[in-house]
Amino acid sequence: MSLRSITMAAAVATAFVPISGAMAQDKTEIQWWHAMSGRLGDLLQQQVEQFNESQDEYEVVATYKGTYSETLNAGIAGFRAGEQPHIMQVYEVGTATMMAAKGAIKPVYQLMEEANEPFDPNAYLAAVAGYYTTTDGEMLSLPYNSSTPVLYINQQALEEAGVDPDTKPETWPEVEELLVELKENGVECPFTTAWQSWIHLENLSSYHNQPFATEENGFAGVDTELVFNGELQNKHIAMLADWADRGLFTYGGRGSDAGPLFRSGECALYTESSAGYAGVKAEAEFPFSVSSLPYWPDVEGAPYNTIIGGASLWVMSGHDDAEYVGVAKLLSFLSSPEIQAQWHQDTGYLPITNAAYELTKESGFYEENPGTDIAIIQMTGKEPTPNSKGLRLGSFDQIRAVINEELEMVWQGDKDPSAGLDEAISRGNQLLRRFEQSVE
Amino acid sequence: MEKRVSFNNRALPYLLLFPQLAVTAVFFFWPAGQALYQSFLRPDPFGLSARFVGLENFRYILTDPLYLQSFATTAIFTSLVTFVAMAVALFLAAMADQVIKGSGVYRTLIVWPYAVAPAVAGVMWMFMLQPSIGVIAFYMKQLGITWNPLLDGQDAMLLVVLASAWKQVSYNFLFFLAGMQAVPRSLIEAAAIDGAGRWRRFWTIIFPLLSPTTFFLLVINIVYAFFETFGVIHTMTSGGPGRATTTLVYKVYADGFVGQDLGSSAAQSVILMVVVSVLTVIQFRYIERRVHY
Repeated sequence: MSLRSITMAAAVATAFVPISGAMAQDKTEIQWWHAMSGRLGDLLQQQVEQFNESQDEYEVVATYKGTYSETLNAGIAGFRAGEQPHIMQVYEVGTATMMAAKGAIKPVYQLMEEANEPFDPNAYLAAVAGYYTTTDGEMLSLPYNSSTPVLYINQQALEEAGVDPDTKPETWPEVEELLVELKENGVECPFTTAWQSWIHLENLSSYHNQPFATEENGFAGVDTELVFNGELQNKHIAMLADWADRGLFTYGGRGSDAGPLFRSGECALYTESSAGYAGVKAEAEFPFSVSSLPYWPDVEGAPYNTIIGGASLWVMSGHDDAEYVGVAKLLSFLSSPEIQAQWHQDTGYLPITNAAYELTKESGFYEENPGTDIAIIQMTGKEPTPNSKGLRLGSFDQIRAVINEELEMVWQGDKDPSAGLDEAISRGNQLLRRFEQSVE
Repeated sequence: MEKRVSFNNRALPYLLLFPQLAVTAVFFFWPAGQALYQSFLRPDPFGLSARFVGLENFRYILTDPLYLQSFATTAIFTSLVTFVAMAVALFLAAMADQVIKGSGVYRTLIVWPYAVAPAVAGVMWMFMLQPSIGVIAFYMKQLGITWNPLLDGQDAMLLVVLASAWKQVSYNFLFFLAGMQAVPRSLIEAAAIDGAGRWRRFWTIIFPLLSPTTFFLLVINIVYAFFETFGVIHTMTSGGPGRATTTLVYKVYADGFVGQDLGSSAAQSVILMVVVSVLTVIQFRYIERRVHY
């Protein structure tokens, strides 16, 4: 290429820059801060690009802000500095914090109303939307990525231990029998779990229609108190402590840190979020099955429904009405059956609307990928009760940290299960009172 | 005789001091003042409202047995990190001081870890020592050594101390080595002629002459262990298992940024500031007297 043609090309390029710049300015920009990294982040970005291409009025800019906790902090810092995004993805444990921040958020039902955007709260799965809806039925944030805990089973490990690989234990006593058998037949680590508080206390409670906290698990007021030291929870934690002592249960760390233990084939059974499916499928070099979360058969009416984890989209206050119209359009777009069904099938998160569920059923996805519908059946099988609607607690992330700390001492054998639970409750209640004071 | 520099222009000294003063004001006095102010408030996370609560935040944390427990954890952690980082650095410096060939290479290699960010150092040590993925942990298991920092508090403490101290060894090494090279050769030679062995020469001549360096590093390392080890703890143990590695700084983070309880977090920062100031004053008043410059 001659110098001249380079100069020409540069001149042409510069001539076009102002035009495309002006075009970008014509579009209303919508900021979306999220916490989805890796493959989930890519899928989110695809949704954004699809939306941006579907119309030419709005330009959505999605920005990854770190973990859920970091994203929430970034949003809070942004709000304090007057630079909050339009949409913020907040994990379910931050729900009470967001709800209490009345001046900082714009409730989704209100946003849709003001923007004249068609919006039917009943289109959403009750078990999912209920988590983000007030007791008066007003939806405050839009469910985005929701999952629920299920049981993953390494079928190869079962087979090698001489157990039928299709075994799917339904109750905890059945699980124990299986674990003992596996251990006797040479499996080093029969069981591990992710998210111990979420699965073995929060979901355990809702699954058996037991309260986790008073005031309908915090839905009815901030003067809620933790009560997860009932007979059932004590029995369950004592069982896990006993398993840890007998080498049936290997503790793999907080959050989903135990994941590698299962995906590498070291542990045979693993309780984890249904959204862990994609990761297990990608990494596991053995056949595995997905089964519903085990329950205690001696509890009347059990199993009830499990509750969700994951995050929802909160709209922040302090922006122009014209921008909010775009936000409303984006939320409608994200709730559309095609987008939701795709998201559900790609990630293992629940479809948030009934239509997306139906669409996935029709496509034959569940037959091709056995186990992917376990989560949704488990969540929607029964009408949610006040104990199984969800949890709405202030400082919840920190309460979970407290529960982690106390449970670790129980697994280590430093503390009795009941003492651990009692201590977690009294420390957690202190945090709840601090939160209550701050929002009054 | 002391040499005095005099300025003809009266404004010049202030001008020269200004950048440092400005940095101190913006990065220390202003945030410290904010922390003090916030510690008397009970704000909601979004800063929509804040209530003046007087000393309530201080009462809340000082009556919390777990807060007092994290004082003990911090004391143990800080002593261990300071001791290990300084002892290892002293040893390495003493060795490097005697190297004749290729000393530059040794020095460069030993200084490297200082450039590693705390969080990265934490992750790196995790790759070696995490029970389910760690390389070293794998071999320890083969040898039948019980090692589980996920559940055993002492193992976890050992892990964070190791990673934190490792990072600081480089810094200490540089200062110790420089200090050793400043020791007059004639003194060491005279001692050698008098028949003092290597060990004796080190402890009776070199080490006492290093005392200003040692003292300086003691202060620096304590401050490091108090404040800058957050990244290591956060990436490796998140303060656990139980509360085994929850130091004061980690608790400030957990309460402020996980719990969104900024009032309590600010009060803890103020207490931390006071503790470090007191420690530094004690060091200068009592330990410095034994230092020979």
